[in-house]
Amino acid sequence: MAAKKLSLKDKYALLTRDLDWEFSYEERKEAFPFEEFEGIKITDWSKWEDPFRLTMDAYWKYQAEKEKKLYAIFDAFAQNNGQLNVTDPRYVNAIKIFLTAISPQEYQAHQGFAHVGRQYGGVGARVACQMQSLDELRHVQTQVHAMSQYNKYFDGFQNWSQMQDRLWYLSVPVSFFHDARSAGPFEFLVAIGFSFEYVLTNLLFVPFMSGAAYNGDMATVTFGFSAQSDEARHMTLGLEVIKFLLEQHEDNVPIVQKWIDKWFWRGTRLLTVVAMMMDYMLPNKVMSWKEAWGMYFEEAGGALFKDLARYGIRMPKFADQIEKEKEHASHQAWWTFYTYGQAAGFHTWIPTDEELDWLSEKYPETFDKYYRPRWEYAKQLEAEGKRFYNGTLLQLCSTCQLPLMFTEMDDPTLISQRETHYHGEHYHFCSDGCKEIFEEEPEKYVQSWLPVHQIYQGNCGGPDLPGILEFCGINVGNDNLDIKGSPDEQRWKQWKGVA
Amino acid sequence: MSKVYIALQDNDVSRYIVEAIEEDNPEVTIIHNPAMIRIEAEGHLVVKRETVEEKLGRDWDLQELHLNLITLGGNVDEDDDRLSLTWNV
Amino acid sequence: MPVHAYTSDYTGTVRDLAENFHGNHVVYVCWERHLLFSCPFAFLVPPQTSFRTLRDQLMAEAYGAHPQWAQIDWSQVNWSVSGAPFEPQLDKTLEEQGLDHKASLRFSTPGLDGMSGAGI
Repeated sequence: MAAKKLSLKDKYALLTRDLDWEFSYEERKEAFPFEEFEGIKITDWSKWEDPFRLTMDAYWKYQAEKEKKLYAIFDAFAQNNGQLNVTDPRYVNAIKIFLTAISPQEYQAHQGFAHVGRQYGGVGARVACQMQSLDELRHVQTQVHAMSQYNKYFDGFQNWSQMQDRLWYLSVPVSFFHDARSAGPFEFLVAIGFSFEYVLTNLLFVPFMSGAAYNGDMATVTFGFSAQSDEARHMTLGLEVIKFLLEQHEDNVPIVQKWIDKWFWRGTRLLTVVAMMMDYMLPNKVMSWKEAWGMYFEEAGGALFKDLARYGIRMPKFADQIEKEKEHASHQAWWTFYTYGQAAGFHTWIPTDEELDWLSEKYPETFDKYYRPRWEYAKQLEAEGKRFYNGTLLQLCSTCQLPLMFTEMDDPTLISQRETHYHGEHYHFCSDGCKEIFEEEPEKYVQSWLPVHQIYQGNCGGPDLPGILEFCGINVGNDNLDIKGSPDEQRWKQWKGVA
Repeated sequence: MSKVYIALQDNDVSRYIVEAIEEDNPEVTIIHNPAMIRIEAEGHLVVKRETVEEKLGRDWDLQELHLNLITLGGNVDEDDDRLSLTWNV
Repeated sequence: MPVHAYTSDYTGTVRDLAENFHGNHVVYVCWERHLLFSCPFAFLVPPQTSFRTLRDQLMAEAYGAHPQWAQIDWSQVNWSVSGAPFEPQLDKTLEEQGLDHKASLRFSTPGLDGMSGAGI
């Protein structure tokens, strides 16, 4: 007779909670030393429950199946020269950003969850974090594998790990995760598990990946959706974390709110680069950044915060500012990268006339008024043989580490600058959000590794630009500069048999 | 009431899962994007194992949903027979 | 509380102190409503640099590609430092007129508000 199959609920109880033990000869506090210093109060860890009730045995089984499906597609992609089926070689530059800016952060997320997965007194939380840590490791591995095929044919993929440590704009995602990982375990979970995973990763892994499919990139869409299937679980965990913390003690509410305010702002800043990838780097368009933002931040995030209102949680503090920025962020970012294209690890370009029209249609309030004229001027300079590059290093925000490339939202031709003073030093910011985050914890952010300052301190090779770029792992003349005249473009024309 | 949603990879298994969801939740909206299918509903949506099994013509463990799932929004509750998504307001 | 840390007396190392820049200072400059330059610039300068050198050499090189740079009437320019009005003295050093390490200088050029009515 076959053994009776356990119900999901029974199995979850046996394979998570029943694995815990009482501390008989050690103080609990000694075992979980980081549990209290953030001010979070937990009265009953047994209230923690994974709504999917996933146990390790089922986890291994389904993750193995996901991997088999994924690698079958990678094989097919490589065997059929899938890299030739993408819409055009400009598209591949979005994937270069993905590999250098995003994949290494999957690894940081892996490390972060492995760390906090040890720090919670509740076994349900520990098991969930262990799974998420493994998921994140899987993500970085599958992404590197998927993109290794592009590395055989295109420039800019070869030194991704060196670039992430050294290249100026990559300090933005790196510092985001360093900030979260150096926080306490509960802030980490609210930062990554909730704020980032619940709303913001959707914007990357759903509309952008759908865009990858629409641009013929089967490898990327497949790793993207495969990763996102784990994210669906992470999102659910993130929401449970918040509800759990808020239900445990009323004193947790203001602490959690502060973290939500901080991390939604940090996350929004981080996603600026994704905004630019969506609006400028996908030759075939699925939806604009503004539309994606409306669907995943405003609609999905709005529903979430309405649901959390019963705990006394309100929308993140800078939501009004964030709403205005969706009209501007992608344009301001791509213009910055275009004008600093000599110092980037990927190629940049002027949008085609059709793309400019698409942007006008998608951004009727702002594009023709503020941004199209810049591209018309850039076209004029290019036609005169004077493709514009900006040769002077720029000012970076002491919190998010992005250049000060954002304008006042109510005055979009005026650059937004904020300043504070701490122990006699000036610190500068792109926004009120970043300034407030600094002022809350100056002892943390005085340590920011700001690439422009590091270059000026002589810590990044150089002092000339080619020397600095080589220090960062860039193959100067191949990886950087405009797509026009690049080796990538020349090879593509050869493969496609066009002059 | 806010919208709950679930997005699935556009493939041969999802086709039947979507059929089952439509049958059990007649009010849903189905949106096709490149490589994905997004299903939205006001306030509540349920995926029932039994209906999916009927459409697929084989046994189907609810946890298999993870193989085709891309993303979702709403409070999740899952047991052996159903997965539900809910917003309370 | 200047940081939320496990150790109660935690302090961070200030990474960008002037002494780390080998005798130089960083000075930021923003030309308002000229978004051909998408961000303010960061210049590395000895604190003994005169304002004239900053303006006529460093800034001229950085901003000179803009068609409006050559048209600037310097008597009409509005300057500010950290949000407060500022009157530069051309032959004094940056240090002498309070432009210290990581000071942030902004200027606007009335009548020259960028190209195409879009602040370019």
